[in-house]
Amino acid sequence: MTLKVSVSHAYDGFSVQANFEAPDGVTVLFGRSGSGKTTVINAVAGLLRPDSGCIEIANRRVLDSKAGIFVPPHKRRIGYIFQEGRLFPHLTVKQNLQYGQRFVPSGVVCEDLDHVVDLLGLAHLLERQPVGLSGGEKQRVAIGRALLSGPELLLADEPLAALDETRKSEILPYFERLRSELSVPILYVSHSAAEVARLATTVVVLQDGRIARQGSAAEVLSDPTVMPTGVRAVGALLAATVKAHHADGLSELDVGGETLFLPKVSQSVGQSLRVRVPAQDVTLALTRPEGISALNIVPGVISQIRSGDGPGVMVSLETAAGMVLARVTRRSAGQLGLVEGMTCHAVIKTVAIAPEDVGGPAAGA
Amino acid sequence: MDWLGPEEWQAVRLSLRVAFWATALSLPFGLLTAYALARWRFPGRQLVNGLVHLPLILPPVVTGYLLLLAFGARGPIGELLGPLGISFAFRWTGAALAAAVMAFPLMVRAIRLSIEAVDPKLEEAAATLGASRLWVFLTVTLPLTLPGILAGAVLAFAKAMGEFGATITFVANIPGQTQTVPSAIYAFLQVPGGESSAARLVIVSIIIAMAALLLSEWLARRVAQRVGARS
Repeated sequence: MTLKVSVSHAYDGFSVQANFEAPDGVTVLFGRSGSGKTTVINAVAGLLRPDSGCIEIANRRVLDSKAGIFVPPHKRRIGYIFQEGRLFPHLTVKQNLQYGQRFVPSGVVCEDLDHVVDLLGLAHLLERQPVGLSGGEKQRVAIGRALLSGPELLLADEPLAALDETRKSEILPYFERLRSELSVPILYVSHSAAEVARLATTVVVLQDGRIARQGSAAEVLSDPTVMPTGVRAVGALLAATVKAHHADGLSELDVGGETLFLPKVSQSVGQSLRVRVPAQDVTLALTRPEGISALNIVPGVISQIRSGDGPGVMVSLETAAGMVLARVTRRSAGQLGLVEGMTCHAVIKTVAIAPEDVGGPAAGA
Repeated sequence: MDWLGPEEWQAVRLSLRVAFWATALSLPFGLLTAYALARWRFPGRQLVNGLVHLPLILPPVVTGYLLLLAFGARGPIGELLGPLGISFAFRWTGAALAAAVMAFPLMVRAIRLSIEAVDPKLEEAAATLGASRLWVFLTVTLPLTLPGILAGAVLAFAKAMGEFGATITFVANIPGQTQTVPSAIYAFLQVPGGESSAARLVIVSIIIAMAALLLSEWLARRVAQRVGARS
């Protein structure tokens, strides 16, 4: 275990009680705004001293309220990527990147500047001042600066929230590269199901200051009872391999023997990736439909039908591609006579799968 | 500068020396006080704030008289410092002390405003990168505040050049010893035929004050550019 957290903190009539362990890889603290995510991550960073608790980073105890231990932020060996970048305006990009290097304890092997510059594509920005950079560029510099401080844990507090969709899709691949190329574990705060789908090894769901669920990305994303951002964000997470790219702008994927067509993905043929299929973009049909525009039709057996408070029900379909979720109205479920154990077809509209739902190597999925 | 007579020139030189030392020696205290008022929450903070600003509001004569009571040869602090060879009464050092006290509020105000304009989130970011509080101050707070510190010093220097009331009350008006430019102007105006000397010193005063003001405005703009450009 690389990070153990057990904290409780109360302020302004709101209380946070979180107790979890984050294994290697990317652990996403997932919850809507006001659920206590930032409180938890700031407690890990040492920017906030919680009322009580105990935190261990890489087997170092950095907080133990009973023993009176509180290690200040600068001695915690963490790298923190903030939502707003927080680059130093009086330093150049290169000086920003190098800021933390002088504080790395001697004997600690850490990333070298050239590798990080290369990894994040910063070579052409080194002599610039932060004020002239775009939001996405600032965030890449912030990531590099955190990496170069020789951290034993990377923290990221909604690092994409301040960026527009284009910039988001520009930065997400860098986090995927961090996950696959570096050994530093990452604690990543997010309220976006798409980011969870692409990045998370483990998901910790926070609701009203309490941990509602902890599990793998596929488990959490497909469970409507814990999805913090509402039923609309529920979806299945499928592990796929790229089979071919076609001239008409589509990519052909192999998902457990089933074929799925998606708008062109960035991975090359033979590479694996994760695809999030939002439940509300899946339609169900009793027989294999003919003469419709949707390209993706996957047969399966209904394993579960869950109804919530609203007019919709969540149908889980066991298919060769893995579990697919479909959100249909209670009325159509009744009209079709859907029951558990029944065979039917999931119809997935190709263009419904947004680029941000398609992520690189399906590590740990 | 041969259009200035020897007596006038003496006053200008003394004023420059008094203002320089008043500014240089009060700068570290001004920085510390400004930082404490901007960033620390301690009991008595409002009291310190009030004391610092007192010379701005009190009649200068009162400040000068209080300095005389405290730092005069028989005053409690004067008696303490006397045996150490430090004396203020009727010497140019006294003029520098009076000028420093009178300029202090202006200096602290300018520095404090520029420290408050530094985003604490940048200081937090520096801490997460491994910088101790002292390093954060030296590498983030101080560089971002530097134009404000310089502006505060320039203002203090200009104020020290012009200080009159407290100085004349505390150390009198002795040519060559404590007769700064304002005291000299006052003295020239008391004697018949001194108007032309006074006029020349008035011109010198205006030039120095304007230069200081322009310099301080320019520095203030730089601080706004630097700290305003948050990322």
